[in-house]
Amino acid sequence: MQRPVSSDGGAWWDLWFQVVVGLFRQIGALGRELRGSRGRYVVIAVPMLWLLAFFLAPLLVVLKISVAERTGGVPPYSDLVAIGEQGLVQINLSFKGYATLLTDPLYVESYLNSLQFASISTLGCLLLGYPIAYGIARATPAWRMFLLVLVVLPFWTSSLLRTYALTGLLRDNGMVNQLLMAIGATDAPIRLIDTPFAVYVGITYNYLPFMVLPLVANLMRLDFTLLQAAADLGAKPWRAFLSVTLPLSLPGIIAGSLLVFIPAVGEYVIPALLGGPEALSIGSRIWEDFFNARNYPLAAAVAVAMLVLIVVPMLLFEASQERRAEKEAQRA
Amino acid sequence: MSSPARRQAQVDPWQDPNAEPILRIEGVTKTFGKTYAVDDVSLDIFRGEFFALLGGSGCGKSTLLRILGGFEVPDKGRVLIDGTDMTHVPPYERPVNMMFQSYALFPHMTVEQNIAFGLKQDKRPASEIGDRVAAMLDLVKMGQLGRRKPDQLSGGQRQRVALARALAKAPKLLLLDEPLGALDKKLREHTQFELVNIQERTGTTFVMVTHDQEEAMTMSTRVAVMDAGRIVQVSTPSNLYEYPNSKFVAEFIGAVNMLRGTVVDQQEERVLVHCHDVELDVWARYVEPIPVGTDVNVAIRPEKIDVAEAEPSGMENVVRGRVVEIAYLGDVSIYHLQTDDGFVLRVQETHAARSADPHYNWGDVLYLVWHARDAIVLTA
Amino acid sequence: MNQRRPFFLYTLMVFGYAFLYLPIASVVAFSFNETRSVSLWKGFSLEWYGRLLENQAVIDAALLSLLIAAMASTLAVVIGTMAALALSRFGRFKGRGLLSLLSSAPLVMPDVMLGISALFLFITLQQLIGWPEGRGIDTITIAHVTLCVCYVTVVVRSRLAQTDHSLEEAAMDLGARPWKVFFLVTLPLIWPALLAGWLLAFTLSLDDVVIASFTSGPGSSTLPVLILSKVRFGVTPEINALATLIIVAVCVGVSLAGWLMHRNNRRAA
Repeated sequence: MQRPVSSDGGAWWDLWFQVVVGLFRQIGALGRELRGSRGRYVVIAVPMLWLLAFFLAPLLVVLKISVAERTGGVPPYSDLVAIGEQGLVQINLSFKGYATLLTDPLYVESYLNSLQFASISTLGCLLLGYPIAYGIARATPAWRMFLLVLVVLPFWTSSLLRTYALTGLLRDNGMVNQLLMAIGATDAPIRLIDTPFAVYVGITYNYLPFMVLPLVANLMRLDFTLLQAAADLGAKPWRAFLSVTLPLSLPGIIAGSLLVFIPAVGEYVIPALLGGPEALSIGSRIWEDFFNARNYPLAAAVAVAMLVLIVVPMLLFEASQERRAEKEAQRA
Repeated sequence: MSSPARRQAQVDPWQDPNAEPILRIEGVTKTFGKTYAVDDVSLDIFRGEFFALLGGSGCGKSTLLRILGGFEVPDKGRVLIDGTDMTHVPPYERPVNMMFQSYALFPHMTVEQNIAFGLKQDKRPASEIGDRVAAMLDLVKMGQLGRRKPDQLSGGQRQRVALARALAKAPKLLLLDEPLGALDKKLREHTQFELVNIQERTGTTFVMVTHDQEEAMTMSTRVAVMDAGRIVQVSTPSNLYEYPNSKFVAEFIGAVNMLRGTVVDQQEERVLVHCHDVELDVWARYVEPIPVGTDVNVAIRPEKIDVAEAEPSGMENVVRGRVVEIAYLGDVSIYHLQTDDGFVLRVQETHAARSADPHYNWGDVLYLVWHARDAIVLTA
Repeated sequence: MNQRRPFFLYTLMVFGYAFLYLPIASVVAFSFNETRSVSLWKGFSLEWYGRLLENQAVIDAALLSLLIAAMASTLAVVIGTMAALALSRFGRFKGRGLLSLLSSAPLVMPDVMLGISALFLFITLQQLIGWPEGRGIDTITIAHVTLCVCYVTVVVRSRLAQTDHSLEEAAMDLGARPWKVFFLVTLPLIWPALLAGWLLAFTLSLDDVVIASFTSGPGSSTLPVLILSKVRFGVTPEINALATLIIVAVCVGVSLAGWLMHRNNRRAA
C-alpha cells in the first residue's frame, strides 16, 4: 500500500506518529510522578474535558447560532454579542428560525414523517431482530460467536453501498419484483422504490445490529431454567414465552428500541435514497437548509428543535443506564 | 486451641496495661449515604493475636476490615498501625496485607507469579524473591503446584495460594475476609487448624472477619461481636460464651435458653428472678448487682441443664417438662421440652456411655434442673 | 427445550439473516457485471476491478478513510477506556453523573446532530482563535472520536463489570500503585474488550457519511462522501468492486482471527 498521494496525507502520518509517541511518553512520566489520587483525576479529566469540548460545547454553539440572524458574510450569520456605537454591549437575538419552523407546514410535516419512519422501522427491527437475538442467546458458545459475527459482518461493508444495493433490488425491474412476477404473485411490477415502505426496509436493514446486540446481551443473562419451570407447571411454549421470556427481556427491548429509534429520527440519507424526492425528513431539512440554502441559523434552529423532540427518549435511555451504573458504583 | 507458647504467657497482652497494641482503632465512623456502616468503633489489637470480627450481614465488620486495609477512608476517627497514624494511607503503602473472600488470584499469572507479585512491587532482588516464594509454597504445602494457573486448582488449593501470597511480604497485620466461607465442612475444619498453626509459626497478627460463630470461637484468641456498626462485646471465646454481656451476644454465640423476668430478690452472688414465661422463680448469677424490680433476661446454656426422670429434691431451679422434639447427633442429643406453661426449653445431653437405646422418648415427662451458677442474668 | 420451537425459530432466523445478506450478495454479484448497471445482470466481467485500480480519486478517498478511521479508533479507545474505568471503578466522585451522561449521550444522538454541531464548533473556533483553518482530516477525526468514544465506553464497561473488582484491590494491597495495577492486572484481563472497541470504532468511522460530510473540506473527501456524491449521478460498479474487496478482506481477517483464537484455546486446554 503506497503512502497517500496528497501532501496532507504524508505530513499527517508523521504528525500522527509524533503525537502517539509523545502521548505515551507523557503518560509514562505522569505515571511515575503521580500518587494514586492524582492519577484518578487525570483518568476522569481527559474524557470529561474531551466530551465537554467536543460534544457539549458544540451543542451550545448550535443553540447560539439558532438565535442569530442570517447574513451574507462569512460565516453567514450575525454575532450574538456586539459592541454598539457608545461601547454598549448589544445582544442580538433573532427568533426568525424558530418562527419558520412553527409556521411553515413543511417542517411540521417533516417532523411527523421522521417520527413515522423511525417508529415503524423500530418495530421492524424488533420483529426481525428478536428471533435472531433469541437464537444467538440459546445457541452453543461456538455457534453463538459465529452467528454474532454474521450479524455484525455486514456492518463492516459500506452501509451506503448496501442501501444503494437495496434501491437496485427494490426497483421496478429489480430482483424483488422479478421474483414476485416469476412466482406469479403479481402481473405487473409493484411500486416498491420511492415509497415509505422502502424507507422502512432501509432503516430496519441498517439499524438491525443495534437492536440485536443489546437483546443478545439481555437474553444471555436470562435463566432458561425458568422456562423449564414454566413447562413443568403446564405452560405451553407460547404461553411461557409471553409470560416469562418477554417480560424479562423487556430491558433489552427498551435499550435496543431506543438505540434504533432515536438516531433513526435524524436519518437523512436513507429516506433520500429510498424514499424518493417526496420523502420528507427532518434530517433532510437540516441538510437542505445548511448546504443548499446556506441558512445556518435556520438549520441550527431545526437541529435544536429535533434535539428537543428526542430529549425525552434520551432521558429514558439515560435513566436506564444510570440504574445499572448505580449498582456498579456501590460495588466499587 | 491454645499452643504451648500461649499457655506460657503470664498475662494476656490485652490485660497488661503496659502492652502497646499493634493495631489501634479510635472512634472510627463510616457512613454510606444515611447509613452508619461503622459507628464509633474503638478497639485495640495486640501483636500475635488471632482476632475475629464476628457478626451477621450488614453489621459493619467487612467495612471495618476494608478500612483497616486502606480500601475505605473513615469519616471520623483514626487507625494506628504500630503507633503510626495510617488512616489516610493507601493500601499499597501499608504494612498490611489482605486475603480476599473470593481469593482474587490473578488468573493470567501462575501460582508462583501470584505469590511473587507483592515482592516484585517492592523491587526485591530476583534470588530473594525466588527463595521467599519457595518458602511460602512450603508453608502452605503447595510445593509441587507452583507452575499451575489458578483455574487449574481446587477451591482449597486456591485458598492456600491466596494465604501464601498475603504472607509473602511478612506483613505486620494480615486481614482475612471470610476465609473459610467457600470450603465444604470437612475441609473447613482441617483448614481451621492449619490457619492457626501458620499464624503461630509466623507470629503474624491475624484479623479475621466471619459470620460463623463456631469459626470465630475455634480459631481466635479474642472475638469482637458486632451489630449495626457497633461493637457489642470484645472478649476471649470462653468469656463470650459463659459471660455474655447482652441478650444479643448470648443468642448469637451458641444455643441458649432465654427467660424473661423481673428481679425480686438480691443476695450475695445471685438474684432471684420471677419469670414471665414460666411459672418459676429462678436463681441466677449476676456480673454486677442488679436492683430489685429490674426487668432482665436469664440465659441458660442447654448443656448446663440436667434432666431426671424423678423429681430431684433439695435443688433450686427445677421445672417439669414434656419431650416434644429430639435431635440425635451421634455424640450428643438435643431435647426440646415443653413446660406446663407452654414454654420450650432446649437441653443437650452427651452420650458418654455407648448405648444404641435413646435415653428419652417423645412424650416423656422429665424434670429439668440447673445450678444457679450456670444461669446468668442479663440486663442488656 | 421444546421440540416444536427450534424449527419455527430457525425459520425466522434464516429469514432474518437472508434479509441481511441479500443486498450484500447483490453488491458482490454486480461487481462482476459486464455493463454499468447495478440491477440488471448482463454477463461476467472483471472490467470494474481494473478500472478501480486506475481510479485515483476512489483510491485516495479509501486511503484517507482508513487513515482517519485508524487515528480516530485509537484515540477513541484511549479516551473511552479512561471513561469506562472512571465510571466502573472509581465509585462515587464529583461529576460522575455528568461524565456518565456525556459518555452515553452520543450513542443515541442522530448523526446530523453530531455533524452539524461539530461543524458549528469548528467555524466558531476558527473565528475566535484561528484554528482549525478550514475543515480537513483533523476536524473529521475529532468528530469521529467524539462519536466513537461512547461505543468504546459501553464495550469496556461491560467487560469491567464482569471482571472481579477485588483483583485490582488485591494488587494494590500487595503494593502496586494504581497505574501499575492497570497495566499489570486490569489490562491483561480486559484487552479483548479494548480490541473489540477499537474494531467497532474503526467500522463506525469508516462507514460514516453524515458527520464526514459536515466536517470535511475541499481535498479531504472520505470514501462514503465520495460514494454519496456519485450516487446522485449513478454508481458505477467500480464501487461495487471496492466494496467486494473490502468484504473479502474482512472475511479473511475474521476467519484468520477465528482460527487463531481456536488454536489458542486448544493449546491452553
